[in-house]
Amino acid sequence: MRKPLSIIAGAVALGLVLAGCSSTPSSDPENANQVEVFTWWASGSEKVGLDALVKVFQEQNPDDEFINASVAGGAGSNAKAALASRLEADNPPDTFQAHAGAELTDYINAGQLQDLSSFYQENGLSDVFPASLLERLTVDGAIYSVPSNIHRANVVWANTQVLKDAGIDPMEAPADLDAWIADLDKLKAAGVETPLALGTEWTQMQLFENVLIADLGAEGYSGLWTGDTAWDSAGVDTAIAHYGQLLDYTNSDFAGLDWDAATQIVLDGNAGYNVMGDWAESAFQQAGWTYDNEYTTWATPGTDGVFDFLADSFTLPVGAPHEQAATNWLTTISSAEGQKAFNLAKGSIPARTDTVAADYPAYQQTAIKSFGEDTVVSSLAHGAAASIAWSGDISSAIGKFGADRDAASLLSGLVAASDKAQG
Amino acid sequence: MKKGYKNWGPPLLLVSPTIIVIGIFVYGLIGANVAVSFSNRNSLVPATEFVGLDNYFALFAEERFIHSLQNLGVFTVFFIAGTMIFGFLWAWMLDKGVTAEGVFRSVFLFPMAISFVASGVVWRWLLNSAEGDRASGLNRIFENLGLGFLQNSWWNEPGWGMAAIALPAIWQLAGYVMALFLAGFRGIPEELREAARMDGATEWKLYRYVIFPQLSPVALSALIIVGHMSLKVFDLIMAITKSIYQTEVPATYLWVALTANDYAKSATIATILLLFVAVLIVPYLVYTARAERKQR
Amino acid sequence: MSIATELEKKPRISGKPEMPGQSELRNRKRISRTVKYVFLVLFLVIVLMPVYVLIVTSLKPPQDVNPATSWGLPVRWPWEPALDGGPTGFDNWALAWNALSASIGRTFLLAIPAALISSFLGAMNGFVLARWRFPYADIVFTFILFGMFIPYQAIMTPLVQMKTSLGLPSDISTLLMVHIIYGLPICTLIFRNYYAGIPHELMEASRMDGAGMLRTFGSIVLPLSVPGFVVTIIWQFTSAWNDFLFALFLSNQNDGPVSLSLNNLAQGAQLANYGAAMAGALLASLPTLIVYIVLGKYFIGGLMSGSVKS
Repeated sequence: MRKPLSIIAGAVALGLVLAGCSSTPSSDPENANQVEVFTWWASGSEKVGLDALVKVFQEQNPDDEFINASVAGGAGSNAKAALASRLEADNPPDTFQAHAGAELTDYINAGQLQDLSSFYQENGLSDVFPASLLERLTVDGAIYSVPSNIHRANVVWANTQVLKDAGIDPMEAPADLDAWIADLDKLKAAGVETPLALGTEWTQMQLFENVLIADLGAEGYSGLWTGDTAWDSAGVDTAIAHYGQLLDYTNSDFAGLDWDAATQIVLDGNAGYNVMGDWAESAFQQAGWTYDNEYTTWATPGTDGVFDFLADSFTLPVGAPHEQAATNWLTTISSAEGQKAFNLAKGSIPARTDTVAADYPAYQQTAIKSFGEDTVVSSLAHGAAASIAWSGDISSAIGKFGADRDAASLLSGLVAASDKAQG
Repeated sequence: MKKGYKNWGPPLLLVSPTIIVIGIFVYGLIGANVAVSFSNRNSLVPATEFVGLDNYFALFAEERFIHSLQNLGVFTVFFIAGTMIFGFLWAWMLDKGVTAEGVFRSVFLFPMAISFVASGVVWRWLLNSAEGDRASGLNRIFENLGLGFLQNSWWNEPGWGMAAIALPAIWQLAGYVMALFLAGFRGIPEELREAARMDGATEWKLYRYVIFPQLSPVALSALIIVGHMSLKVFDLIMAITKSIYQTEVPATYLWVALTANDYAKSATIATILLLFVAVLIVPYLVYTARAERKQR
Repeated sequence: MSIATELEKKPRISGKPEMPGQSELRNRKRISRTVKYVFLVLFLVIVLMPVYVLIVTSLKPPQDVNPATSWGLPVRWPWEPALDGGPTGFDNWALAWNALSASIGRTFLLAIPAALISSFLGAMNGFVLARWRFPYADIVFTFILFGMFIPYQAIMTPLVQMKTSLGLPSDISTLLMVHIIYGLPICTLIFRNYYAGIPHELMEASRMDGAGMLRTFGSIVLPLSVPGFVVTIIWQFTSAWNDFLFALFLSNQNDGPVSLSLNNLAQGAQLANYGAAMAGALLASLPTLIVYIVLGKYFIGGLMSGSVKS
C-alpha cells in the first residue's frame, strides 16, 4: 500500500511543480489594469503579429497587463464556440477578435457589443479610415468594431519557375478566367499534375467567391448579399461552371488540407498557382523568396480593379470587466504605430490611410495601392459579406460540390441558403 | 430482512448526493436542452417562442442531415465490426496462453490511453488522401512496399469514406473489446471445456455450443458500449478532418450549428442523438435488470 | 464470478503419457502455434505503426519533413546539426515542452484527484446499490447509469451558463467538479458489478456482528475492493486527462489541461511544424501510456474479477 501512495504523492508533487513553473496570469475582475484579449491567433505568423501588437500596447500603456486568451483550431471555430458560450453566460472577455462586417451581425442583434461611434470620434478614426471601409463597418448608423488590419482575398500567388518551365509568362496576368484555364491546361501538358493548389472548405469558398466576382462583376457580386442579385441567375450559373472547371486542375486531397499546406504545394513546385489571401505572404517570406523573383502575385483573373476585402477587428463587449483597459487596447490597435507593427508582422495592410507605403515590403505595397484605388467588395469566406449562419450553409454546399461535382445541387443549395438568410 | 427506514435510510442517504447531482446535471440539463429544441432560437438573440416539433421535422427533411446520418451509419458498421472482430480475434489468440502474453496485451490495449486529439495528429497524416508523388502516410508506405495499387483516397471518398475514419477508432478501442473478451474467456470454467472434450466435441463444436454462449453476455456488453461510443463520435473526426462535408456526422453538424449560434438546431440534433442512444441502451438496461432479478 | 477468481490463468501442463499419433498432433499444434505467433507479431507491428511515425517524425528537423521520406528514419538525427543551422529534432521537443509543460502539470492536478474522488464515491454508490440495498435500488441505479451515455454537447451551453451564474473560475477546479460529477455513473457501474460478486454470507455475518452500513463498508468491503479501484482509477484518470470538450468550454489555454494546449500546438500552427506537433502528442500521451503499461495487467485482472460485465 505504501508504494502506490508514494507514487501518487510524487505525481501530485510533480504536477504542482510543473504547473507553478510558468504560471500565466488570468483575468481578475478586481484588478482594473488588466485587459483579457480573446483571439484565435495562437501560433504562427498570427501569433507573431499579436506579439508585436502587445509590445506596442505595453509601450503605450505600461500600467496595463495583457492577458492572452487565445484559442486555436478550426480557423477560429473553436474560439467562436467558446466565445459564444461566454457571451451567453454574461462572462465576456474585455475585447475579442472578430471579422469586420456581416460576421458581427449576430452579436449586434443580440445586443452584446457596445457602440464605438464615440470612440471613433474621439480618436479621429472617421477621418483616417477610408470611406468605403467605414461604410462596411457601419450598421444602422453605429460602428461596433475597430479594424486592426486589412487583408485582400482575391490574390493569385504564382511560382514563377514552374510557370516559366511551361512556357507561361508569370508577370502577365491572364485577362480573364478562360485565359487562365488555358494556362492551367498548359501547365498540365507540361507535366504539372496539380496546376492549382487548393485546400479545405473555406479556401474552396474563397476560390468560389473569386469566380463569382469575376463572372458577376463587383456590383453584381455585392448585390448577392443585399438581395439585388438573384442567386439563380445566369451569372451564378456561369460561375459554377467555371468553378467546376477550375476544380479539375486541383490536387485531389484538397478536402483535408489546411491553407498553409496548400500554399506549400506551390512552394514545393508541385503547383503553379494558389488563390489565397495575403497572409500567404508570410509563407513566402519564411521560404526566403523575393517578390517578383521566385514568386509573384496578381489579382485573380477577371477581378482586376476589385479589392476583395476582409478585416480583423476588435470589439468592446457589453459588460466587459475592464472597460478602460479594453479601450486602451482599442486605441493601440487603431494607432499608427500599432497598425504598423502588427501589419508588418502579419503580411496585411493597415486600415489607416495615413500609411507610408515605403515602410512595407513589395507585396504589401501593391495591396496598399489597390486598396486606395480599386472597388472594394466584401469577402464571403471571411465573414465580411455574410453572417456566420449564411456562410456556413454556403460552405457546406461548396464542400458537397467538391465531393460530388453536382452543379444543380450546388445551385439549389446556394439559393436555399440565401432564402433562409434573407428571410 | 428488517423493514423500516432504519434499514434503508442510511444507504439511501449515502447515495442521495449522487441522485441529486445526477438529477440536476444530467436530467435537468437535458430538460433545458430539449426546451431549447422546442424553441426557434436560431441566433444569439435570446427571445424565442415555442414551435413544438417543427425543428425535428425540418431537420429530417434536410438532405444534409440525412447525409450525416448515412455517414454515421457507415462509420458505426465498420467501427463495431472492426472492434468486435479484432477484439475477439486477439482475445482468442491470447487466451490459450502464449509467451509474452503480457507484451501483446499491453500493446493491443495501449491505444486506448491516447486522447483523440493526440491520435488525430498522427492519423490525420496517415490517412492523407494524396496519391503518387505527393503521397504521405499510408499511401506512401503502400508505394514503398510495392503495393501502390492499394493507394486510395481514404475518407475523401463520398459514400464509403467514413470507413477510413473507423480505422483510428478501431485502433484505439479494439484493445478494450479484447480485454472484455479475454475476461470472458478466462471466466469460462475449465471443467466445462474438459467435459465437452470428454464428450468427444471437436474444437468447432466446443466453441459453438459451450464458449460462444458463455461469451454472449460479454459480447453484448461490448457491443452496447462500442455502439454508443460510435454514436457520439466527435473528437476524432474533428482532429482528423475538422468539420467538412465528407465526414459530417450528427455530432459534428451539431458543433457547426453551435458555432453558427443556431441553438435550436444544435439542441434538436443533440436530442435526436440522445434518442438514438436511448433506443440502444434502454432495452439493454431492461434486459440486464431482468436477468439479474432472475439470478437473485 | 467471484472476487476470489484467480487473476491470471495458468497455462495447462499436460501430464498424460503420449499415445500413437500424438507426435503428428504435436507437429500440427506447433505449426498452428507458429502461425498464431506470426499473426500476433504482424498485428503488433500494425498497432505500433502510428507510434513509430510519431516518434520518427518528432525527431526529424522541420526542414527534413516531406512526404517522400515520411516512413524513413531521420536522415539527420537530433544530435546532428540541421541544414543551414536550422532547428534540429531536439528543437521540436523543446518547442513541444515549452508549449505543454505547465498544462501537463495542471492536468496531473486535475486527473489524480478526479480519479481518486470519483472512484471512492463510485465505490460507496456501488456498495449501496449492490449489497446494502434499499427499495427501488435498481431503479436508482438505472437512473444514474443513463447519465453515462448522454452526448455531452447537449448539456454544454446550459452547463456554461450555470458555471457563470455560480461564479466558478475557468480553471482546473471547475473541471475537477465536472469530471467527478459525470464520472459518477461509470464508477458506480463498475463497482456495482464488482460488488455483486461479494458473497451474501459476508454481509450477513457483518450484520450479525452488529456492524452498521459504514462499518461494514469500511472494514469489510473496502479492503476487498482493490481490483475495482484499479479499474475506476485508470478509467477516470484517462478520461479526465484526455477530455477535450469540457476543457474547451469551461476553461482556457492558460489555466486548462493539456488537451487544449496540445490542440493549440497541433492545429493552430500555420506553416505547420509537424515534428513539434508529433512531439507534443507524445508528451501529452506519456502519463496515460505509463499508467496503462504499468497497470494494464491489473486492469484486465479487474475486468476478469467481474468489474465490468453484464
